Amino acid sequence: MATNNNNYIAELVGQYGKNRTSLMPILQGVIEKKNFISDQDMTEIAKELDLSAAQVYGTATFYSFLETQPRGQYIIRVCKTITCDMHGKKTIVQTIEDMLKIKAGETTPNKKFTLLETNCLGWCHEGPAMLINEKPYSGLTPEKVHDILSEYMHK
Amino acid sequence: MSDTKLKRVDLIFGEYSNVKYKVLTDTIKRSSDEILDDLLESGLRGRGGAGFPTAMKWRLTAQAPSEEKYVICNADEGEPGTFKDREILTRVPRKVFSGMAICGKVIGAQRGYIYLRGEYKFLLPDLMKELDGYNEHAKSIGLNFPIEIRLGSGAYICGEESALFESMEGNRGEPRNKPPYPTTSGYMGKPTVINNVETFVNVLMIMRLGPIQFKLLGTTDSRGSKVFSVSGDTPIPGIYELELGMPLDRFVDEFGDGDTKAVQVGGASGFCVPRKKFKDTVIGFEGVPTGGSMMLFNSSRSMFNVLHNYLEFFEEESCGQCTPCRVGCQQLRKGIEAVKKGDKKSLYLDQLMKLAESMKITAKCGLGQSVANSFSSIVYNFKEEMIY
Repeated sequence: MATNNNNYIAELVGQYGKNRTSLMPILQGVIEKKNFISDQDMTEIAKELDLSAAQVYGTATFYSFLETQPRGQYIIRVCKTITCDMHGKKTIVQTIEDMLKIKAGETTPNKKFTLLETNCLGWCHEGPAMLINEKPYSGLTPEKVHDILSEYMHK
Repeated sequence: MSDTKLKRVDLIFGEYSNVKYKVLTDTIKRSSDEILDDLLESGLRGRGGAGFPTAMKWRLTAQAPSEEKYVICNADEGEPGTFKDREILTRVPRKVFSGMAICGKVIGAQRGYIYLRGEYKFLLPDLMKELDGYNEHAKSIGLNFPIEIRLGSGAYICGEESALFESMEGNRGEPRNKPPYPTTSGYMGKPTVINNVETFVNVLMIMRLGPIQFKLLGTTDSRGSKVFSVSGDTPIPGIYELELGMPLDRFVDEFGDGDTKAVQVGGASGFCVPRKKFKDTVIGFEGVPTGGSMMLFNSSRSMFNVLHNYLEFFEEESCGQCTPCRVGCQQLRKGIEAVKKGDKKSLYLDQLMKLAESMKITAKCGLGQSVANSFSSIVYNFKEEMIY
C-alpha cells in the first residue's frame, strides 16, 4: 500500500512516536499537510502504529476538524452558535456564498475554498466570527468579509 | 453610578511578580501539606463550572498510590459564551504553568499537559515560546515537571474530563463511566488532576497572597473572584473579573442594554434566568453556578430561536455513545419544532420536559445531563414563546 505519497506519514510517526497517544498529533499533522485525511492515509497510519484501520477511522471521523473528505486549500468555518447567530451570522454566510459561488458545505471547483458552518469558536463577544484554516477573524461585517476573502482569492 | 458599580478585581490578569517565576520558586520549597492546607483554607472551588473543591481533588490524587501521575490543564474551552481561557492563556500564561507545576509538586506528578482546543491553535506560537521559557526555568530550579501542549480537533465533548483523556490517548472523545474518578484513574489509567485554566491561576494567586486575603473576595460558598465572559445584547461585551456571589440584577444593571429579558448563566448547558428572577438570583455556587459564560438577551430576541440554537448545538456535539443523549437531543429539537408549527399541542411541551428530566438522570456524562438545565428553564419561563 505504501507509496511515495505517504512519506509524510512515516515522517509524522517518526516525530511523534509509534504509540496510540501519538494518533491525534499524527492525524492533525496530516491535516496541516493536506487539509484532509484519505482512506489510504488512515490505512498507512494504522499499519505504522500497529492498530486496525477501523480504530484509526473511528478516531479520525469523530472530530469535526479532522476532515476525511477532500477539502479546499482554505477551509472557512463560520460560527453558527447563539451570539454569532444573533449578530448577523446569516448575512456573513450569505456574503461568502455570493463571493465564492458555493453553498455552505461545498468546495469551490478550483479546490481553493471550502465553506463550513461550525459550533462556538469562542469569539462570542466579537461575533460574528470565522476561522480560515486556523486563523480567527471576528467582528465581521459583509464589507470586512469582502476584504478578507479578496485577499485570500489573490493568494 | 461609580459607587454602585460591581467591584473590579485584578487577581487573574494582574501583573507578574518582578522576578520571573518567583511565586513558583518560593512555593515549591514548602511542603505539600502546607500547600494543601492553604488551598483548603482558601475555599477554592474549580472554575470550569462544576465547582469541585480544588484542595480535595489534589489531596485525593496525592494519596492515590502510583509512581506515575499527571497534571492536566483543561483548555478545551467550548461552552457557548465562554472565551476567558483564551484570554488567560494569551495574557498570563506563566501563571497557568506555575499553578500546574505547584500541583505537580503536591501530587507527585512528573509531567503536565495542556489540552488546548483546536479552535485556539493560532495561540500556539506564542504559547510555545512562553512554555520553552517555563521548561527551562523549571529545570534550573531542579523541578522535574515538564509541560507539553496537546491540541483538540473541534469536539465540545472533549471538555468533559474523561473524554479529554480518551482524546489524548488517541481515541474517540467518548466519556468514560465514573467511578473510577480521575483522582485514581485518569490519563493512561493513572491518578490525574485535571483542572480548568483559571483554577490553576487561582492556585498561584492563593500562594502569592495567602488564603486569608483570597478569602476576602466573594462569599462563604463562593470564595474569590471569577473571570466572566460577557456577550449577547450588551453595550460592553468582553472579559470581566468580578467577585463571586453577586446578585444578577446588579450584573444586569451594569452590563444590560436596559431591555434585558433573560440572562443565560453558564452557557448552553447552564440556566436561563428570566427578568422577574434577576433580583433573587445569586451568581455563585450557592445560587446559579457558572464557568464564566454570561449571555444577555433583550426583548427583541425569540427565546424559541435561542433554545433551538442550543439544541442544534447539543445534537451535533453529543458523542452519540449513550441513547438518552443521542436520541434525546434530537427529539427535544424536533419536539419544539412540532409545537411551534402546531403539529403538536402545547401540552406536548410537558412531555418534552419529562424527557429532558430523564436525560438528566440517565445520560452518561455532563453533556446529556445538563441539556435539561437550559431546556427546562427556557420552556418553563418562556412557554408562550415556544407555542406562538
